[in-house]
Amino acid sequence: MNDTSPPKRTHYLNAQHTVGSWLFTLDHKRIGLLYLATILLFFLLGGIAAMLFRVELMTPDPTYMESETYNRLFTMHGITMIFFFLIPSIPAVLGNFLLPLMLGTKDLAFPRLNLASWYVFTFGGLLGLGSIIFGGVDTGWTFYTPYSSTYANSNVILAALGIFIAGFGSIMTGINFIVTIHKMRAPGLTWFRLPLFIWAHYATSIIIVLGTPVIAITILLVAIERLFQIGIFDPALGGDPVLFQHLFWFYSHPAVYIMILPGMGVISEIIACFSRKRIFGYKVVALSSLAIAILGFFVWGHHMFVSSQSMYAGMIFSILSFLVAIPSAIKVFNWTATLYGGAIKLDTPMLYALGFIGLFTVGGLTGLFLASMAINVHVHDTYFVVAHFHYVMVGGMVMAFFGGLHFWWPKMTGRHFSELFGRIGAVTIFIGFNLTFFPQFIVGYLGMPRRYHVYPEEFQFLQVMSTGGSAVLALGYLVMAGYLLHSLVLGKKASSNPWRAVGLEWTTPSPPPTENFTTEPYVDYEAYDYTREEVYRDDADEVKGA
Amino acid sequence: MSSSTHISSLKSYLNVFWTLMALTLLTVVVAFFDLGPFNIIVAVSIASVKAYVVILYFMHVKYSNHIIWLTVAAGFIWFVLMLGLTIADYATREWIPYPEAW
Amino acid sequence: MAADQHSPHLAHHFDSMEQQQESSSLGMWLFLAQEVMFFGGLFVAYAVYRFKYPEAFAVASSHLSLGWGAFNTVVLICSSLTMALAVRAGQLGDKRGIIRYLLATIFLASVFLGVKGVEYTEKYNDGLMPGPAFEYTPDFDRYTVPVTAETAPPNFVGNVQLFFSFYFVMTGLHALHMVIGIGLMIWLIVKALRDRFSKEYFTPIEMTGLYWHFVDIVWIFLFPLVYLVWRH
Repeated sequence: MNDTSPPKRTHYLNAQHTVGSWLFTLDHKRIGLLYLATILLFFLLGGIAAMLFRVELMTPDPTYMESETYNRLFTMHGITMIFFFLIPSIPAVLGNFLLPLMLGTKDLAFPRLNLASWYVFTFGGLLGLGSIIFGGVDTGWTFYTPYSSTYANSNVILAALGIFIAGFGSIMTGINFIVTIHKMRAPGLTWFRLPLFIWAHYATSIIIVLGTPVIAITILLVAIERLFQIGIFDPALGGDPVLFQHLFWFYSHPAVYIMILPGMGVISEIIACFSRKRIFGYKVVALSSLAIAILGFFVWGHHMFVSSQSMYAGMIFSILSFLVAIPSAIKVFNWTATLYGGAIKLDTPMLYALGFIGLFTVGGLTGLFLASMAINVHVHDTYFVVAHFHYVMVGGMVMAFFGGLHFWWPKMTGRHFSELFGRIGAVTIFIGFNLTFFPQFIVGYLGMPRRYHVYPEEFQFLQVMSTGGSAVLALGYLVMAGYLLHSLVLGKKASSNPWRAVGLEWTTPSPPPTENFTTEPYVDYEAYDYTREEVYRDDADEVKGA
Repeated sequence: MSSSTHISSLKSYLNVFWTLMALTLLTVVVAFFDLGPFNIIVAVSIASVKAYVVILYFMHVKYSNHIIWLTVAAGFIWFVLMLGLTIADYATREWIPYPEAW
Repeated sequence: MAADQHSPHLAHHFDSMEQQQESSSLGMWLFLAQEVMFFGGLFVAYAVYRFKYPEAFAVASSHLSLGWGAFNTVVLICSSLTMALAVRAGQLGDKRGIIRYLLATIFLASVFLGVKGVEYTEKYNDGLMPGPAFEYTPDFDRYTVPVTAETAPPNFVGNVQLFFSFYFVMTGLHALHMVIGIGLMIWLIVKALRDRFSKEYFTPIEMTGLYWHFVDIVWIFLFPLVYLVWRH
């Protein structure tokens, strides 16, 4: 097809072809693709659930589902999206694929542990899937006790075990990342020469390793309580349901940072490449990732302002929550400072990155509303909260995930996607997203609580708008699925560095060989050194030159 | 420096062992004295010393590099953080009495 | 750098045995940090309830056998010593020592689990197994804890049951960790019998050792917190 392409060579995709060579692979790149396929399946499931209840929400009265069904659908949406899509999304797919490439090493420190993590995660996912097939769960993704432990008449135990097991999959990934970053950097690759993607994943891994076990034990306690009918969180036995919330949010708030930090890492890479500039204040951005990881553990109580938590604890948690805004704002300011005076190119990944900055800023600033106790009481458990965290998670992490997927797509598959359709998809998703979730801020501010499918008529206009937006959003994702699948077969062959980006992953051919590099990499330049042309060479140049 | 390069002597392991035994005896004996709120503080302190000795000598952290120290410290600090902020809630709940019903 | 490093134990993606060993060691410690938080969640929950219901927890704790608890503490510390000596034997490349000390550790661990079994059976027979079958009638005259029928909190029996829920979950999870540890040691013995270890390569023994000492540390905290709540 492409005459200028080099002769057929062996790379990680065509090195072996059997099913077994995929299922038993120890290659981090293949494991990354296994994760990609798995989590996209969950993304699809969660998305279908969302569409189903969005359609129901077009009318103020129950139309085609009972409240029971509605409860199960939004729970299914929450559980699959958070535990089985967002948390593994960037770390387990892009992180897995790119970490060794960016560090200039052959593989992660523990390849077998890496493969095991995928099996563990998939097994947990299957249990979660089972809980849906056998009738679903109706507790909401938060599993609040005592409803989940005593009263809920659904598959809580199965779903809890699924999350428990999948959690160990992410712990394995986290341990693997930390060890790899510490012990396996290429010669010359010092800490402050690392790409910010690596810094973000290092910070994320710290949260995963120190936070995930707490949700594991908490959710295990809920399962044990249901199974043996003992009363750990049951007020009838003197147990305290609020204690469950403490333990749950001790993990689940930092989990928000598990979901956003890797996204921030991706955005740093994209912004630098498409502005042709070093990230402004590189060191501060790197350290702000660690600051977010650490401060993120101090703020969980802001989910519990109206839960009978002590007012004094509430005040402390409120102040601490405001502190997290500082490192997050540092990142946003430094990205915009990087854009300033840059040679900006609006390719598809850059559109996602710019979308991320805007949407994350809205999500972050509304987070400050929620962190102040007085406003929190007013908008607690309303659509305002729903809109807020969707701006952070979908507007933030999902945008970053797809931005990153587009950015590294030529590296991962060796093919180019259609740039035109890419831009159409990105713009459609941006519009659809805002149309879906901005009305929810207003509905929530006006007082509509979350998790109800029956509501006063005056909210109908905004709810219909939201449902319409979600259809646009879904259309955007479908367009993306279309052109990405098309590119796999008919896409133009990619050279080693099509975006002219700086980074070790771009110095090896696309797709990379099984052991990543043909010559051992050596780093003698700073991260994002877009001033030196030899740093971002492309192998297509050499072909032309010859 | 690698932790596996240091070989401790048999005698040093036995010293650690007898220290742990003595501390176990101490913690049982102390439990029979009424020290008020200090019973729990003493018990946890003795247990912490025992854990520290095990980590330092049996687990060779004394001879390990700083990143291992950091990992141990992180585990400890994060646990204290979780305990501290949770207890901060329970300890201050009654400071403001719940309002009477109208 | 690569000349002497053709050890059969060196995985292809590492440059040297030292890098490989340090990676394993850091990985194991991170796993243990994870374990600290795993048990940490339980300890926090226990601490909160003990803080809320001091009398009920003291009364419930006095139903545990201090003798068995102390005995098991001694057994576990002994097993930590034998484990440390097994690692030392690994460092010295002493195959017989490795096997001998690992067998001793397994023996001590089995004694611990046996005692635990005896304790669990006693509690079960006394109706102290939490759940629908839980049966407990407070006998306020016999308590050394200063609590009477009048001063007892409204849900006194429920709170006693709460203590036993934690007792079984915490010691049960600890025992599960010990069972896994025993499995690991059997695997190590098989490897040692097949001459898989040498002075240069004994990382699995070292890692299992770290794991075992961690299990010991968990018990070091469990013993005073669960058994020694109120003994005066």
